[in-house]
Amino acid sequence: MDTLIVNEQPDTATRRPEGSEAVITIDHLYKSFGDNQVLQDFNLSLYRGENLVVLGKSGSGKSVLIKCIIGLLEPDAGSIYVLGENIPDLEHDALDQIRTRVGFLFQSNALYDSMTVRENLEFPLRRHWIDKTRAEVDEMVMEALENVGLAHTVDMMPAELSGGMRKRIGLARTLILKPDIILYDEPTTGLDPITAREINQLILDVQRKYNTSAIIISHDMKCVEYTANRIAVLIDGRCQHIGTFESLSRSDDPRVTAFFL
Amino acid sequence: MHLPTTVTDLLTETGAVARFTSRFWREGIKPRYEWQEFLRQCYLIGYQSLPLVGITAFIMGLVMTLQSRPTMARFGAESWIPSMVALSIIREIGPVITALICAGKIGSSIGAELGSMKVTEQIDAMEVSGTNPFKYLVATRILAATLTLPLLAVLADAIAIYASYIGVNMKGVTSLALFMNNVFDNLAFSDVLPAVIKTFFFGFAIGLIGCFKGYNSDKGTEGVGRSANSAVVISSLLIFIIDLIAVQITDLLGFN
Repeated sequence: MDTLIVNEQPDTATRRPEGSEAVITIDHLYKSFGDNQVLQDFNLSLYRGENLVVLGKSGSGKSVLIKCIIGLLEPDAGSIYVLGENIPDLEHDALDQIRTRVGFLFQSNALYDSMTVRENLEFPLRRHWIDKTRAEVDEMVMEALENVGLAHTVDMMPAELSGGMRKRIGLARTLILKPDIILYDEPTTGLDPITAREINQLILDVQRKYNTSAIIISHDMKCVEYTANRIAVLIDGRCQHIGTFESLSRSDDPRVTAFFL
Repeated sequence: MHLPTTVTDLLTETGAVARFTSRFWREGIKPRYEWQEFLRQCYLIGYQSLPLVGITAFIMGLVMTLQSRPTMARFGAESWIPSMVALSIIREIGPVITALICAGKIGSSIGAELGSMKVTEQIDAMEVSGTNPFKYLVATRILAATLTLPLLAVLADAIAIYASYIGVNMKGVTSLALFMNNVFDNLAFSDVLPAVIKTFFFGFAIGLIGCFKGYNSDKGTEGVGRSANSAVVISSLLIFIIDLIAVQITDLLGFN
């Protein structure tokens, strides 16, 4: 059986595929905003080298989940171990250290609009790797831009770029610190089908080239099918099912199959 | 007993500002420093406010002189105009007017800039890349406002006093040397020092409130507008409160 019904078998959420270690382990996570309980008893593990898609309806708490993982939101209860460190327990400096190893691609790209593309990419680099020379920084910036096929935009402002280009620059900025884990927040939302396909391909290329692990938040089924090694379905604040695209598409839970129609 | 919502809101907001201020002292002044951004902010806040501050100071000095002349003439005290105008400008009007102009210009621009960065997740993007946006965005702006406002105020004082000299010469003839002698004969160190010291606090308040409002902005573009607006209103109010406290302290220390 490929599909794992998590709320019936809680242990399966953290089941470890053979030969790989968990880089993110979330245990009994709770998060609410006022009376709105967004996440409740949420369990999930991400293993090294895999792309895990978190699938759920809009407003189901997918973005809240990855913001808790990166420490932008504080959970009400539960633990989030990222590369061996429990995020809610970390002090600011220790959290910053972990964040250098975890990339985050925003749905809105969040490029610094008063800076050029070069300055956008240099921003994290210059603050973490302060011993780098100007030439080394330039080389790393150009390498990151070449990885996303946009070396020619180095001196352009974000406002001069198209939506797809901004997404790629956002990815280049994420990649420049060579993270072990990347969190993608709806990477293809708002893009045309061709550009969306290019971004999907880029996500796979990054996984292969840098052996990164990734959590991808999406409800774009093309993106899910193309990029996911495993899929976790988030319903009612819980991780209700985990499985491959094929197994989940044959699920007997109508709330899951509704995504595949 | 329940406090009215406005009172609890006010107390909550005051508490949040206090936490924000303590974060500035904890994180903002610790190395590593963002020198490049600090200098850029000094240029934006200081140099780019200079024309507005300069023109206002010039008009202020000129108008004060022209307005006070008839009254002073009635008492046969025209020769006191230079020192009276200079004292008013240096002790009170120069610092306060400069601070109010900067609250409008700088407070709103910081509030709107940081507010729009907040709602477009740019501040979150800095945070998740492990860089400290508070140091880069907030500390540099607060320090730049704190250090440039005294310079602007001193410059505004000088321009206003020169404008007063022009005002005096519009209906009479007085040499610049005589005018300046009259000004400095009646000006003591205790007139200048407290006035300059309070401008540091004015600058700090403007930078702090602008950054606080922008950094905590929400609710999209409407929130950005509200941040810019409330940054100006609150920092202007704070300027008067600080001025009132400064007068009391100056009085207690025997500088008056």
